[in-house]
Amino acid sequence: MNSASRSFYRAGLLAAFAAAVFTFGCAKKPPAPAPPPPAPAPAPARPTVTLQASPSTINKGDSATLSWNSTDATQLSITPDVGSVTAQGSTKVTPSDSTTYTITATGPGGNASASASVTVAAPPPPQEAPPPDLTKIFLAEVRDAYFDFNKSDIRPDAREALSKTADLLKNYPQIKVTIEGHCDERGSTEYNLALGDRRANATKQYLVSLGISADRITTVSYGKEKPFCMESNEACWQQNRRGHFVKAN
Amino acid sequence: MPYSRKYMRRLFFAAAILLAARSAAAQDRIRIATGLGETKQRVAVADFAPRADSAKSHSALFTQVVRDDLQYSGILEVPSPSFYPTQVTSVPAELKYSVWTDPPTNAHYVAFGNLTETPAEVAIEAWLYDVRTPTTQAVVGKVYRGAPNDGQVRRFAHQFADEIINKLSGGLPSIASTQIVFVRQMGPQWKELWEMDYDGANQRQLTSLKTISLTPRWSPDASRIAFTCFAPINGVVSAQICMYSLDTGKPVSFARFRGTNATPTWSPDGTQIIFSSSMTGAAELYVSDVNGGRPKRLTFSNGGNVSPVWNPKTGQSIAFVSDRGGYPQLYLMNSDGTSTTKLDLPDMGYVIDPAWSPNGQLLAFSWRRPSGNYDIYIMDAGSSQPPVEITRDQGRNERPSWAPDGRHIVFESTRTGTRQIWTMLADGSQPHELTASGHNESPNWSPK
Repeated sequence: MNSASRSFYRAGLLAAFAAAVFTFGCAKKPPAPAPPPPAPAPAPARPTVTLQASPSTINKGDSATLSWNSTDATQLSITPDVGSVTAQGSTKVTPSDSTTYTITATGPGGNASASASVTVAAPPPPQEAPPPDLTKIFLAEVRDAYFDFNKSDIRPDAREALSKTADLLKNYPQIKVTIEGHCDERGSTEYNLALGDRRANATKQYLVSLGISADRITTVSYGKEKPFCMESNEACWQQNRRGHFVKAN
Repeated sequence: MPYSRKYMRRLFFAAAILLAARSAAAQDRIRIATGLGETKQRVAVADFAPRADSAKSHSALFTQVVRDDLQYSGILEVPSPSFYPTQVTSVPAELKYSVWTDPPTNAHYVAFGNLTETPAEVAIEAWLYDVRTPTTQAVVGKVYRGAPNDGQVRRFAHQFADEIINKLSGGLPSIASTQIVFVRQMGPQWKELWEMDYDGANQRQLTSLKTISLTPRWSPDASRIAFTCFAPINGVVSAQICMYSLDTGKPVSFARFRGTNATPTWSPDGTQIIFSSSMTGAAELYVSDVNGGRPKRLTFSNGGNVSPVWNPKTGQSIAFVSDRGGYPQLYLMNSDGTSTTKLDLPDMGYVIDPAWSPNGQLLAFSWRRPSGNYDIYIMDAGSSQPPVEITRDQGRNERPSWAPDGRHIVFESTRTGTRQIWTMLADGSQPHELTASGHNESPNWSPK
């Protein structure tokens, strides 16, 4: 039993009780020729109404169907958006945000209302482009600086290489680097630590002169302790005399 | 050390003469003899007698180590054991003087003794007698007792040899009980500090930093080793000064600085460290407390200053490597950084690895002349004599370090095809290979 029909039932009981009291009291009055009492007019029934939304959850831009049924109503109206409707029926709605629809039924017996909600799901996040693989880009685009024997001057070929590396660092300002200074095997371990330090610093200074912030660059000298190439010939030694870039983050 | 100073002066005098004589034929090999003008004492070492079969192997070990130590001292000669009399000499009562002094042994002294061994202890009685002047008085008489293992027997043999060398040299410090620290390659880009006896025995790992450790240097009291390390802190890697305690077997803290920090060495009194650092931009030399506190800059040449070594005798002079003239060369300065002078060598080249002799008179170093490989030279820092070449035509020879007797040098050489640790007498004779496999470098001889 819904609330509307329950109150209708109570109203009926009250009417019957009132009628019974009246009849009983009447019996205490001096008898009079009484016309037969008219049958009490039945109270007008209160309206009933139901409302359903299907589906109750939609994606933005999609529609839901509102369906309703009513009894004893003379006027039906759904808010928001829909307005007056017939005693029963259905309509499509396309809310842009989650909305609770309320149908109000009005009849001679009173009012009734019912509600149904349509939830609009949050739109899925837009399909983002996958983040660029910085390590891959770094390895593909970075260029080391190579040096002459016992020297830390930036050679013309190193200038060219470092301008490419500077472009990379400008394009990806989030990248930080460590510059490793390396030497060939011919000098001493001790002296090569100093020489590698100077090569790493010369490489850093050249990048700074090209507009790369010094904050993004750390340096370390490995002297001849981390050779790229293990043979004892000039081609190999040249490989080992370098300022080598390592992505630091 | 009157003996060794006299010896060294003679060595140098002889070298200078030889160099002068050969200057027209510089390709000739330059050789200088050991102990010029000295007659070497001949010390026979009888087979030490095992008192039971269980003592046989330790008797043989003790005998061999004593023979090697005496022979390698460079001041004594050990007659070949194949000439020795066959009868056993295990106690003074058994010593027959004439069988030792006669040809072919021609011994001046005889060392002998015996070993008793139980599962708990080895006991070694050891004597040295002068067999030319019969007397009941032993020159050396010792009893050694300790754990019956090879390491302990070796230590006793070195101690006995030390006694003999000390007595017969008139007080020359003996090196048989000294140690050598060195760098061993453990894997690609992995080098640790190792230590071994002066004869290459008993090699053992000191550090386990799993990075690159370089250039170990003993403190004057031999309780600590300063070295160059790459141990990262907070993910940042750079060359720093590290310190290791032989007493605790653990690292000792040292301040970290910006840039590349390397080649630490000690002041003669052990209270200061001098090292190379690029903390202000270029590699300059700094002196600090032993924990890195109060660093004070000593050089102002815009870089390329490394490998400082403090004169151990005077404490007044520091030799170091600088490329301020273009290529790395040797320089001297006062310990406060003043009065820098370049050590003039006859031709250009690449000069590195300076090492002071214990008496503070001689500098050993490595020199790659324009037409050659690295070789080890010795020169008198206080004179204008040209340096003496003590290795030649045998691979790359670098990083000399003097033994406390001032007569031996440990160095690294590629003469066998791999980089290994060798020792030799300071005239280049008696080369001994101490390590044989892998890659070993940067030896430093303990000061005692």
